[in-house]
Amino acid sequence: MSGFSVTQPSNRQKWIAGLLVITYAVVTLMPLLWIIATGFKSPEDAISYPPKIVFEPSLEGYVNLFSSRTRITPGMEETLQPPETWYDQVARDAGTIIVGPSRYGQRFLNSVIIGFGSTFLAIVFGTTAAYAFSRFKIPIKDDLLFFILSTRMMPPIAVAIPIFLMFRQLGLNDTQLGMILLYTAVNLSLSVWLLKGFIDEIPFEYEEAALIDGYTRFQAFYKVVLPQAATGIASTAIFCLIFAWNEYAFAVLLTSGTAQTAPPFIPTIIGVGGQDWPAVAAGATLFLMPVMLFTILLRKHLLRGITFGAVRK
Amino acid sequence: MLLGPSGCGKTTTLRMIAGLELPTSGEIYINGEEVSQKRASQRDIAFVFQMFALYPHLNVRQNISYPLKSQGMKRAQIKAKVAEVAKILGIEDILSKPVGGLSGGDRQRVALGRAIVREPKAFMMDEPLGALDAEFREHMSQELRALHDRMGATTVYVTHDQLEAMQMGDKIVVMNHGSVEQFGVPQEIYDWPATMFVADFIGSPPMNFLRFKGSINDGDNKVSLSGQVFDIPKQLQSASGDLAFGVRPEHVFLDETSAYKGEVLAIEYLGTTQIITLDTPNGVLKARVAALDRIDVGQKKGLMFNPRTVTIFAQSTGVALLSVANKGVLDHG
Repeated sequence: MSGFSVTQPSNRQKWIAGLLVITYAVVTLMPLLWIIATGFKSPEDAISYPPKIVFEPSLEGYVNLFSSRTRITPGMEETLQPPETWYDQVARDAGTIIVGPSRYGQRFLNSVIIGFGSTFLAIVFGTTAAYAFSRFKIPIKDDLLFFILSTRMMPPIAVAIPIFLMFRQLGLNDTQLGMILLYTAVNLSLSVWLLKGFIDEIPFEYEEAALIDGYTRFQAFYKVVLPQAATGIASTAIFCLIFAWNEYAFAVLLTSGTAQTAPPFIPTIIGVGGQDWPAVAAGATLFLMPVMLFTILLRKHLLRGITFGAVRK
Repeated sequence: MLLGPSGCGKTTTLRMIAGLELPTSGEIYINGEEVSQKRASQRDIAFVFQMFALYPHLNVRQNISYPLKSQGMKRAQIKAKVAEVAKILGIEDILSKPVGGLSGGDRQRVALGRAIVREPKAFMMDEPLGALDAEFREHMSQELRALHDRMGATTVYVTHDQLEAMQMGDKIVVMNHGSVEQFGVPQEIYDWPATMFVADFIGSPPMNFLRFKGSINDGDNKVSLSGQVFDIPKQLQSASGDLAFGVRPEHVFLDETSAYKGEVLAIEYLGTTQIITLDTPNGVLKARVAALDRIDVGQKKGLMFNPRTVTIFAQSTGVALLSVANKGVLDHG
């Protein structure tokens, strides 16, 4: 038998660790898989009991998600043209006809504009503010930083009414601009603090070298500091986007029509034509994709960003 | 050479010359032109940082060409310049490598390359050898010196290492607590320190101070230590009270005929010489004597001093008294 090693786990320890990780992954991923599966079920299969693991895939959920339909009443059938497209056919099989597109696409677009717009602004303001906090002598710097963080200390619902009144006065209610500004404000605390940490890690000497080499202070910032802060900026952007993308409380209170984002819209699908769970699941599945892709694309940065932040003093 | 202990202000001085910090008072001149309030980029000065500060997101070639790009130089011209500098420094083969994986010496060369490529008015170097291994430092200091002689531009070099300063410097400024203690060529600073701080900071072991109460008059060429009279250079200043008799360890001799005795406390054998620590009536003293001399701890030895090398200091101010020996040095210091 080999000797006991402090640094190398034994095979048995590796097995136990692997098993724990897999169990945890199954537990956490189960709801996600269930949602994705439900999106491809027929409404009957979706609510059948006991739940069906094996089912016949159907696109009805997705068709219902993107369309508004009306039920075919008896006597109507004779006047109908034969279905022209595959989605017309899907709807016809379920006893409905498509009368127009649903509002999901437009709500999804709102989410994209508001989510990416606010992330972009939070990063631009966050980087410049973090740079200033990191590099310049600012009176009451610590108090200012604490003040910025304090905007995160209460739940959104606590400030929702003042913000609602404010937005009404300013005409920002239910506008994309209003939501972008709001999410930027909420995300700024996160982005300033995270980015300050990253910029603190970049030695000031690099900028001094650039100053000596004939560059201005601003050139030194964007030619020397920004490329080195790219990792931090990428991971901060992911955090900001995830928040803005998933935000529900402000969205449900401050938007109702033109600027409504997907999170408050998806639950309203339930009410259209009975409890249409596959359409809700399809909406949720599609809604997951952009953030997931964004995160996968930047995951190297994200991982480094997390550990980077962890070892900071 | 700006030499001094850490925190004495030598780096700050260097940074003010380069324009990285602004002076609160006083003026800075480069080639007779006042630059006190000018930005670093307008002063045409190169700076070599202690940690090199190579741009980590660029490769060696891009690092060296960076200062030229800011001047808007043409691409072909930049390429030629970088090639020329790389040849001088012997780094032609690593030009396309990222700076992250380079050894300390190569980083140093790249940092130098970035400094010399634009042929500035002057070079500022902030402990450029501080981040290198001891064995490599020797080699690099020779390279630096050779480069300096070749470029011919003024170099201001900050170090806390007195050996480095003595080896490489044409002139040394010794600093302490933000002010200049002495300015001169290495030999002057070593032989004729202006203050007790300089005498103590330079030399290993440093200058001995035999402390005594008494008075020195203008024209004296003898001084009495605990009843024994020693020859000293003819003094040009008068002082009284707490004084110190300063003598380098290599100017202390063992002489059995001398009535001024010291008891041997310790012996450090160094091969060619040995350093003996003696307890004298005026305090502890170190002497550098030939390694062949047979000496044991506890012995009492008579002591003599080379009379031409003695400096008398006033203990209250730490300043050296003028004598015929150090007059020429300290007048322009």
